Amino acid sequence: MPELKLMKGNEALAEAIIRAGADAYFGYPITPQSEIIEYLMTERPEERTGMVVLQAESEVAAINMVYGAASTGKKVITSSSSPGISLKLEGVSYLAGAELPAVIVNVVRGGPGLGTIQPSQADYYQAVKGGGHGDYKLYVLAPSSAQEMSDFVQDAFEIAFKYRNPVMILSDGLIGQMMEKVELREQLPRLTNQELIKRYGDWATTGKKGRERNIVTSLDLLSERMEARVRRLMKKYERMENEDLRYETFNCDDAEYLLVAYGSSARIAQKAMQLGREKGLKIGLLRPITLFPFPKKQINALADQISGILSVELNTGQMIDDVRLAAEHKVPVEHFGRTGGVIHTPEEILEALEQKIIKNGSIRYNKTRESSIL
Amino acid sequence: MEVLDIIKPENQVFCKSKLMTDNTLSYCPGCGHGTAHNLAMEVIDELGIVEDTIGVAPVGCSVFAYEFMNIDMTQAAHGRAPAVATAISRTWPEKYVFTYQGDGDLAAIGTAETIHACNRGENIVIIFVNNGIYGMTGGQMAPTTLPGMKTSTSPYGREIESMGSPLKITELVANLPGTYYVTRQSVHTHKHARKTKKAIKTAFENTRLKKGVSFIEIVSNCNSGWKMNPNESNKWMEEHMFPYYPLGDIKVKGELK
Repeated sequence: MPELKLMKGNEALAEAIIRAGADAYFGYPITPQSEIIEYLMTERPEERTGMVVLQAESEVAAINMVYGAASTGKKVITSSSSPGISLKLEGVSYLAGAELPAVIVNVVRGGPGLGTIQPSQADYYQAVKGGGHGDYKLYVLAPSSAQEMSDFVQDAFEIAFKYRNPVMILSDGLIGQMMEKVELREQLPRLTNQELIKRYGDWATTGKKGRERNIVTSLDLLSERMEARVRRLMKKYERMENEDLRYETFNCDDAEYLLVAYGSSARIAQKAMQLGREKGLKIGLLRPITLFPFPKKQINALADQISGILSVELNTGQMIDDVRLAAEHKVPVEHFGRTGGVIHTPEEILEALEQKIIKNGSIRYNKTRESSIL
Repeated sequence: MEVLDIIKPENQVFCKSKLMTDNTLSYCPGCGHGTAHNLAMEVIDELGIVEDTIGVAPVGCSVFAYEFMNIDMTQAAHGRAPAVATAISRTWPEKYVFTYQGDGDLAAIGTAETIHACNRGENIVIIFVNNGIYGMTGGQMAPTTLPGMKTSTSPYGREIESMGSPLKITELVANLPGTYYVTRQSVHTHKHARKTKKAIKTAFENTRLKKGVSFIEIVSNCNSGWKMNPNESNKWMEEHMFPYYPLGDIKVKGELK
């Protein structure tokens, strides 16, 4: 029998960290994700699995602790919310540059600045377009339920180690705070140090024993070598696009209009789609589960069949850039979203679709058609 | 007696540690870093702990410490070495973990990480080379730059009123409960280098005994940054740095001296 529990998204994620066989969590409290470290401290994972939990003096220290543990091959994770993630990004860039596996959770709140503690998706650019300095990308998973807060922890670790690249779980205050039924995964054992050395001994700094020394660094002052390093990173990202893209579609087969939404917005957009269908509007929904890699080809293919796309996000329009690039101007793409911690209703989304796409869409659609013929 | 008669293995009193690589040191001739590196490697070699030692390199002149120390090393972001070392030590409690940092790294940008790692009493060794200047970036003012000292960002001398006083971070961390051994040494003469080596050995032994932080400041020269020749810089260091940063043990076995 699967183990079912009613949990907050944040708690589900925290429990999943222990069950994924993580070696360490380093974090610093910030609303709306402090339940993660509180849960971990309460659960005494050092007794359950031997996992280390430490409250760092800052987000900066926490991400660098992650860097330290990751450089020795340990399965390590940190979590924060928007302002804290901004602080962590230097360390995230170092993780990517030094090719280290690690998981970073962002339970997004409204910004900029100290902003608000309510849910937001305004960190899309930051997560998907780099955020930190340099040529790098994160593999970004966007959970839309407490269940996925739980499931994505293990998935994130697998990807992080597969590519030796940091992975971000981009959640938000809504998913983090919402209580839902969660089916917990089985406890995975932590690797023993011997197992770890056997698996990652070719790069991890575990002490020079029976081999040449290992060095973990992101520095290379020879520009040609640095360029080669960056090209190697780009190959990884290309492979992620080919092998590890995740998305799901709802009612797309006969859809005339498409909603694209991720995370909490996808949940609300699903309801908007339902309301529209009840009115006889053929609305489909595409939910990117990974934001990088992004379901470009899928959106492009759907753009041949539909007459307009509404990108629904809890921000003023960020993912819409990627949707537009994917749709290649085949159809109008518009954005709808509340921001600053305000959450849109399904009715608002449907109204926006009717106003921005259905009402005006066909005209612009025809224009695009003509110009493409010319 | 000819010079060649003297150069024989049986007469050798000093050599490069086996744990130093053959890479040419990137440090300026006369700089103390090379000696400090070598002493640390000698200690690790003599204690027979190389297989269980992980070093953390900083940002600054010794950013390339891993090019010269032939051991497993991780290069940390600027100032964050104590946080990096914290995590390695916590997840590998049986290992010897040390950081090697300069004054800008440890006492300016990394002050918070230094203080908190020391305060938590992480079971690590911190080797702190203080030459009162930012060497790598071309001689800018450091937190440890002496009053009146000229650097490229204090071209008329460090003015205490507007730039603050040099930070005695070693005394500061000695007052934290998590530090077990805090000492200030130098490496500019054989006598001083021997003392420093002894201090480093004590530090790694403390790690074995899980005593918490061992903190070794090495007051060193920066002849390039100070715009002097090596001999002048060592003399200047004795005359100016040592009065402000007096050598000797500050805390031994958890007790302030």
